[in-house]
Amino acid sequence: MILSDIMALLEAEPLSQKGDFSIDVECAFASDLMSDVLALAQPGSLLITGLVNVQIVRTASMIDMPAVVFVRGKKPPEETIELAGKFGIPFLLTAKTMFETCGLLYQAGIRPCPCSKRWG
Amino acid sequence: MSLNEPLVIEREVKPLDFLAAGETASEFKDTLRSLGISADLCRRTSIVTYEAEMNIVIHGGGGSIAMKMEEDKITIVASDEGPGIENVELAMQEGYSTAPDFIREMGFGAGMGLPNIKKYSDELVIDTKPGKGTTLKAVIYLDSGEA
Repeated sequence: MILSDIMALLEAEPLSQKGDFSIDVECAFASDLMSDVLALAQPGSLLITGLVNVQIVRTASMIDMPAVVFVRGKKPPEETIELAGKFGIPFLLTAKTMFETCGLLYQAGIRPCPCSKRWG
Repeated sequence: MSLNEPLVIEREVKPLDFLAAGETASEFKDTLRSLGISADLCRRTSIVTYEAEMNIVIHGGGGSIAMKMEEDKITIVASDEGPGIENVELAMQEGYSTAPDFIREMGFGAGMGLPNIKKYSDELVIDTKPGKGTTLKAVIYLDSGEA
């Protein structure tokens, strides 16, 4: 699913016009715990989170995640925006909750990123 | 790859500087990428570095992180002179954490740092002494495949 279509579906606003909104996203990972993102998310997956600090951008960049959706109407502070600009990671802001965001995306065909098994 | 001398980069990590935390990991990743190292190895090295960096920022009272690149492996050494780890076995357990709440509010401090470092490295040695500090050495072999 193209990022600009995801934006329309989530009634989201882009934080800036910078970045590539024509990228195709197939899977996503939703978490407010960055260590779990680092442990489990796969490269190429969309990050959905309610945290807005600068470490979100760092985490997304480490895992090679193409874009970040901020849920619950959160607006990132200036330093987060600045770093995202540096890495060229597009941000989408939606007023929807994490549950609704995930539900809408799943319904539209986005799937969980394949996670390595934690136990056994 | 032919490297006569191993490439070594060392960076200072400042205590409680959450804005800068992760800068070293990004730099190491960029360096490895420019050397033609695979995306998977770049990612694994940067995650190991990032979690180690966060540990020094949160717990270590500042310290340093070094990356050594040799023909067959990448070694990350993270050192601090902080309080040390009382019980390494416990600290290696997923979910065990001594981090304060404000760290958790940032999305860290949930007791996944050391388990993540172990997960993404091929060898991990933690040398720690309560009251003296901690040195963590993680090795990633270039031929180790995906982790």
